[in-house]
Amino acid sequence: MKKIKKIKIKLNGKFSTINENLSFSIFLKELKIPLKKVAIELNQEIIDKNNLKTIKLKNNDKIEIVHFIGGG
Amino acid sequence: MVNDKLIVDKKKFNSRLIVGTGKYKSMVECAKAIKLSGAEIVTVAVRRVNISDKKKPLLMDYIDPKKITYLPNTAGCFNSDEALRTLRLAREIGGWKLVKLEVLGDKKNLFPDMIETLKSTEVLTKEGFRVMVYCNDDPLMAKRLENVGACAIMPLAAPIGSGLGIQNTTNIKIIRSQTKLPLIIDAGLGQASDAAIAMELGCDGVLANTAIAKAKKPFQMALAFRNGVIAGRQSYLAGRIEKSIYGSASSPKTGII
Repeated sequence: MKKIKKIKIKLNGKFSTINENLSFSIFLKELKIPLKKVAIELNQEIIDKNNLKTIKLKNNDKIEIVHFIGGG
Repeated sequence: MVNDKLIVDKKKFNSRLIVGTGKYKSMVECAKAIKLSGAEIVTVAVRRVNISDKKKPLLMDYIDPKKITYLPNTAGCFNSDEALRTLRLAREIGGWKLVKLEVLGDKKNLFPDMIETLKSTEVLTKEGFRVMVYCNDDPLMAKRLENVGACAIMPLAAPIGSGLGIQNTTNIKIIRSQTKLPLIIDAGLGQASDAAIAMELGCDGVLANTAIAKAKKPFQMALAFRNGVIAGRQSYLAGRIEKSIYGSASSPKTGII
């Protein structure tokens, strides 16, 4: 059986290890992120949420997921 | 008074009070205070999603963005790059083009960095944003913001969260006289009468957060601000009497016994 390679990513400032070749959409689905209520950056570039399926996460990717909270 | 609406970026609002959604004890308290305030626009911040605790309540579950206009704000940004990044992300969340720009320059007094603010206003406007701009009570900078495309001028009354009320009424009057843009007092109000004073100076609206959220009774203060804004606006429209250093008797001088 072929061993799945792991990669290291940074999600909202914290390091995390995930399987290589994981699509961005599956990654977010596993995290149960409500896509309609967030915005997503990959390596400081805003990602069009319609394109998530086409993106494969790579080693050292930096992901930011933000939403609205109370503020002045 | 029925047709006396706040118009920002061609959108009409019945309430001239904008409230912030920060500093409340809970989302429930925040939502109830907003309802009592009558505000139809609320400011919101953009922050990281809490990945480890997704059970944390979401603002959108308590305040419906379809019923209340969310005004994404760049609170906590200290340079143009941070502010632009924040608002571009905000637009991505739900297509918000109407935003509040706030670029701070000093961590202690939270005064705006007007150089960065001006730069950001220009860039955002070119990108299609409609920018309501938090600024100093400086008529010259207010004019410059207008010239680069700001859709509302939002001078501070006093430092954010200070509760001092309007410190420089003269400058606010000058800004009022030079602009037809919505003029909204943002930051530093402490009580409902401060809001009334702002409205009596001819401002189009006020924004309050700490004064309501941190009052001993936030719900009562939300109501007080609602009434303060209405009272101040009516007083402004009614037109005050001339001031005089002498008295003028209210009763007729004839028929005195």
